[in-house]
Amino acid sequence: MEHKTKVHERIYVALMMLFFYLPILYVVLFSFNASRSLSKFTGFSIEWYEKMFADRMIMSAIGYTVLCAVLATIISTIVGTITAIGLSKNRRIIRESINQVNNLPMLNPDIVTAIGFMLFFTSLRIQTGFFTMLLAHIAFCIPYVILSVMPKIRSLDPNIAEAALDLGCTPLQALWKVIIPQIKEGIISGALVAFTMSFDDFVISLFTTGPGVSNISIYVYGAIKRVNPTINALSALIVYVITIVLIVINVVPMIKERRREKNEQNFEKSIS
Amino acid sequence: MKGFNRLIYPYIVWAIIMIILPMLMIVLYAFTVKGNDVLTFQFTLENFVRFFKDPIFPGVLWRSLKVAFITTAICILLGYPCAYIFAKMKPNNQAVMVLLVTLPMWINVLVRTYAWRGLLSYVELSSEVRVYVGMVYNFLPFMILQVYTALSKIDPALITAAHDLGANDTNTFLKVILPLSLSGVVSGITLVFLPAVSSFFIPKFLGGGQYLLIGNLIEDYFIQTGDWNFGSAISLIMAIIILISMYIMRKLDREPKEAEVN
Repeated sequence: MEHKTKVHERIYVALMMLFFYLPILYVVLFSFNASRSLSKFTGFSIEWYEKMFADRMIMSAIGYTVLCAVLATIISTIVGTITAIGLSKNRRIIRESINQVNNLPMLNPDIVTAIGFMLFFTSLRIQTGFFTMLLAHIAFCIPYVILSVMPKIRSLDPNIAEAALDLGCTPLQALWKVIIPQIKEGIISGALVAFTMSFDDFVISLFTTGPGVSNISIYVYGAIKRVNPTINALSALIVYVITIVLIVINVVPMIKERRREKNEQNFEKSIS
Repeated sequence: MKGFNRLIYPYIVWAIIMIILPMLMIVLYAFTVKGNDVLTFQFTLENFVRFFKDPIFPGVLWRSLKVAFITTAICILLGYPCAYIFAKMKPNNQAVMVLLVTLPMWINVLVRTYAWRGLLSYVELSSEVRVYVGMVYNFLPFMILQVYTALSKIDPALITAAHDLGANDTNTFLKVILPLSLSGVVSGITLVFLPAVSSFFIPKFLGGGQYLLIGNLIEDYFIQTGDWNFGSAISLIMAIIILISMYIMRKLDREPKEAEVN
């Protein structure tokens, strides 16, 4: 299929990229605006950033978002991995039915999952707040972790774990020293998916949180009723963090690769 | 290794409590009257009758389906050519393009939609058009990535073979590339249409309360009005419509594969 792209194809891709990045550039630009206006750029200032860092609501929203994402990621990754290992050792019928149940939160619209949680928590008279939001996040993250760990487990050779047990490992040691290292990649990608899902979640958080507890999405949702340029600063901050993270993720493997090559060269030199 | 099968027991308990029970709660609320207690259920179909007899609600449902359908169509029309161009690039450039399309998806959806609100203040657009812009912006990357994945899996030998057998570019596209990429389009449709039906903050942010969809109704009945029984009935109606559309999608996805075997 590979061939040189034509001019009109390049223009088309460029227009698409403009469409994708225009709102992001807009938000970053206006986060430095000197006035409250959202349409006229009157001068450079970092006033909105100062206001943002001084705003207790915003800082607590960022705190809750990060705390919830970290806890939900850790718990759902552990539970999801253990469950995925258990699932692979069960009969097909059990596997299939668990997968069907896991499909529910993944295929249902977020709003349906969200009101399910809300009705459930309030019917049990559980006071909604950070804890209920965290429980809901864990619940919708686990299926994604299972989904990304499962293929790795399927490709495992069961004899290796058997061998570990034959050689005197306890089942726990076999799990920790033999199985987990082999499925590490699946666990890491599952944890990444869980973190992003939790960090970006809006709908489920909105319905499961209680008074006084907002994450970034809920804060932005609540603050749009009036003109509020601090939201631009907050949005721009998110853009910076994600850009840095993605650059690090993409650049670190490159540096490692280069270092490895260098080491190999040195090794070759030393033996010749 | 035998003992490992017991590792799923905690999750079975968890899944029953945290996944199945909440879903059952929606059904229970949808079929009962307001203000019932745990012990005194009063079953009714009143919530559903009220929805379909209302002068506005069925129209809102219809509008949500229309918006989701048109959004999906625009995403295919804009996204397919884009994915097709990506698939023809050099492998390195392909990776860069995929990264560029993925990057905005990492930024919080509300933040991106909020940005469009500011950006669209420069132009005079009806609230309907503004909602479409937000929807397409939000869902287009999913379509591009799905179609691109399907296109990049096509064996180049098939295209060479088509050319060798005398097909021109148009015929090669229509008879070889397009049919083989349809599975990507179908999974793209699933990722665009289904969330678009239930979307509620895009119409609220960009439509300015003028262009409500079914998701807005559900939110209103749960958060503002507090009529959870009626809200549950609306969600159930929406969930059933989505299940039916998903069933149709799966059927569509299977047919070309069966044709391949024959």
